[in-house]
Amino acid sequence: MSQTEYQSISPADFFYRNREIAGFSNPSRATYTAVRELLENSMDACEAQRVPPEVYLRITEIEDKRDTETKFYKLRIEDNGTGVPEEHIPKAFATVFYGSKYILKQARGTFGLGGTMAVLYGQITTHKPVQVISSTGGEIHDFTMMIDIQNNRASILKHNIRQNPSGWRGTALELQMEGDYSRIMYRLIEYLKQTAMVNPYADLTYVDPRGRLYKFERGTEKLPPLPQSVKPHPHGVDVETFRRLIAETKTRNMKQFMMEHFQGVGPTTAYKFLDLAGISTKAKPKTLSPEDLVKAVRATREYTGFKRPDASCLSPIGEELLETGIKKELNLTEEDYIKVVTRKPSTYLGFPFIVEAAVATGRTVRKTHGAGITIYRFANRIPLLFDESSGVIWKAANRNINWKTYNVESDTSLVIAVHVCSTKIPYKSVGKEYMADQPAVEREVTNAIREAARGVRRYFNRRFRIARESRRLNIFGKFLPVIAEFSAKLAEKEIPDIKPLLTVVSTDIPEIEKKLKEVTEIVEDASK
Amino acid sequence: MSKTRRSEAERRREAMEQSLTGLGNLIHEQITNHEFPWIHMQSRSTDNIMYDPEERQYVLGPRMIRRHSRNIRHIRPFTQLVWTAWFAKELVKHRKTSTLREVYYSARGHRDIEYNNQQESDNIITDMEVALNRARENFHIFPEERSAIFGDLTIEYTVPGYEGRRTNLTDHPDGVMIGPAVTSSEFVETSADKVLVVEKGAMFTRLVEERAHDKFNAILIHTAGQSPRATRGIINRLNHDYDLPVYIFTDGDPWGIHIAMVIISGSANAAHLRGLTTPDAEWIGVWGTDIIDYKLPTEPLTEFDHKRLHELKNDPRYTGDIWQRELDVFLELEQKAELEAFSRYGLTYIVDEYLPAKLGS
Repeated sequence: MSQTEYQSISPADFFYRNREIAGFSNPSRATYTAVRELLENSMDACEAQRVPPEVYLRITEIEDKRDTETKFYKLRIEDNGTGVPEEHIPKAFATVFYGSKYILKQARGTFGLGGTMAVLYGQITTHKPVQVISSTGGEIHDFTMMIDIQNNRASILKHNIRQNPSGWRGTALELQMEGDYSRIMYRLIEYLKQTAMVNPYADLTYVDPRGRLYKFERGTEKLPPLPQSVKPHPHGVDVETFRRLIAETKTRNMKQFMMEHFQGVGPTTAYKFLDLAGISTKAKPKTLSPEDLVKAVRATREYTGFKRPDASCLSPIGEELLETGIKKELNLTEEDYIKVVTRKPSTYLGFPFIVEAAVATGRTVRKTHGAGITIYRFANRIPLLFDESSGVIWKAANRNINWKTYNVESDTSLVIAVHVCSTKIPYKSVGKEYMADQPAVEREVTNAIREAARGVRRYFNRRFRIARESRRLNIFGKFLPVIAEFSAKLAEKEIPDIKPLLTVVSTDIPEIEKKLKEVTEIVEDASK
Repeated sequence: MSKTRRSEAERRREAMEQSLTGLGNLIHEQITNHEFPWIHMQSRSTDNIMYDPEERQYVLGPRMIRRHSRNIRHIRPFTQLVWTAWFAKELVKHRKTSTLREVYYSARGHRDIEYNNQQESDNIITDMEVALNRARENFHIFPEERSAIFGDLTIEYTVPGYEGRRTNLTDHPDGVMIGPAVTSSEFVETSADKVLVVEKGAMFTRLVEERAHDKFNAILIHTAGQSPRATRGIINRLNHDYDLPVYIFTDGDPWGIHIAMVIISGSANAAHLRGLTTPDAEWIGVWGTDIIDYKLPTEPLTEFDHKRLHELKNDPRYTGDIWQRELDVFLELEQKAELEAFSRYGLTYIVDEYLPAKLGS
């Protein structure tokens, strides 16, 4: 009988062994995910700094003699964001589960492992270190590091400090990895394009392994408001979070604890809630038994008296910016129509969220997208490119809405863009590619699309009316001259001028309808 | 007499030309006043067509419609009407005639008139008849169908190139076709004392051969089926202007009966026109009772005949006793007979025996 060996594994080790759940399942997907994670970190860093992002991305192929489909690539990304303070650099880029994202506010990444996973993946496929150069405005720190996978910590190979006379601020990162660019090229470029769509204030530059330059220029300098950090809402809390709060708290009793650590909880609410949970208001937080903890968390689900979660931690793109971004990236012109809607905040399971939707149609849309409905999905300003038909947005657009109501036929060209922002996007997987159909989220997404679609219906109606009027004008323009010509021949006079009549028809459409009504009435009167 | 007659025809032509010019003036003036041109006319929809027992024909009711060029559905027919009026004026002015079909094809030559079929063109011509209260023959537009006339009637042509020329309608043994020239001619003199109208060319030829015109002192007319308006107009003139009684001789079936009735009381299609009916004309056969009296060879009524007979029975024009009686006889017998049925007694029987009996009665 052999002895079973037990050993703990570090988070880095865990993800090394289970990299597919983080989106590094194969070389092409890994290329995509690495770019995505690093780009999102850069964008977050820039927005935190309140500067319009300028991100430079370059992927270069490294010459090698292997005759395989996969290649080695050097991936470089530079941003003008906050920069990372010297002491945080090794942890931020070479430690799994380290980051600035364990507070409650909307951010692109949630798990705090994205950037490091890219580094980790690069390291395990090429055994090359990562280079991180960063400055928060002072000295420039240049680190060359590897991850000590077993111990989940950085092992620093080089650390140079340089002067920064120009006051540069930002981060540059370079790593090497095995990948497969040719297979993911289309998605990657589409990802950048859609990123530009929902981040219209960002300048993105990308040089691909074939030396081609892609520039996604910003359409505005305006940034959406920065999300505020807020305390958690009691509805969204789980036992582990509760336990950690208790471990950290400096409050002396449970009433104070509830008021101090949760949003929207005042003395009355705290009292009523603790009463429901069966916990004394005077109990010392640190003395709570594990059973009490579970009871308290369970009670958060049952208690209905909490205020709606505070949405100031959210940062919707806003109707104006979203419209700018979509118009810019889809090259919409005067001949296209777009309607953008930002809904009021709503909540699911205690997490606040806001849905934004845009619906566009028109000549350019038809040319570039063809007939039918094209859906663009975004979550916290990140494009979602995979598993479209599994997600809640696809379901809302294709199952919940009767498009005929909006004058949209099967051959209409329509673009729908939906952005959901939340402190916790209800992703179905760590790969973060599609959202689960939480009923509240589904309802809001559906309503947002409907609201935007109503604009499209008005647009179609107006266009139909204009087309009808121009047909009408054509008919008058065709027949009136003939009437004038032959009435003149009949009367043996000069041809009368019909311009005044045509002017009336073209400028005064309601007038026509009124007159027409008169004519019908005369016919009806005569029949009486 | 003929001189005043000729100038009478000329006067009518000039009046027509003026009437068309008047239409042009009206529309021209409306446009000059920055008004969308429109015209007023009686409605020709079926609910505005009614039988007038006084006039003994169908007439249009009081309902008026506007054809208004401001109305998107009206402007095309309005344009067609103006164009057709111009075309008619050209005909009248230059003393030319045309046919419904020619008008249709002439319109096709003008790209904005846009007729889809001749029916549309014919309809517009009827609209013009209603709007101007004149029959299309007055616009010098004639239908295609041609019937014929034979007998001692001297006419004087008014058509260009023939003005003042006279002819006697016995001059041609096949009869003279009733076309624009005959229609527009003046009747100078006749020795006949009656008009005999038959439905079919073959019977017409038989009557001419058997010298029925001499025997009965009659002017013979064949209608070639349902009689064209020009023919009905001539029958009306002979009856009205010369006091000649008119006798109509058709097949003994619902279709023959109705040929007679349209000559007598007119059709719903021409409800807007006067001078085309001859209310005093008499239908003399073939009656249902003739089938019995003369033991005529017959054919059974078809289902279609049946339906038609019942329709006629409920038609306001058929209220007279003789009509109702004969319709009932046909229905009872379940049989019908053609004019040619008399041939069983020999080719001359109809002239020698039947007609004398009928006309004598």
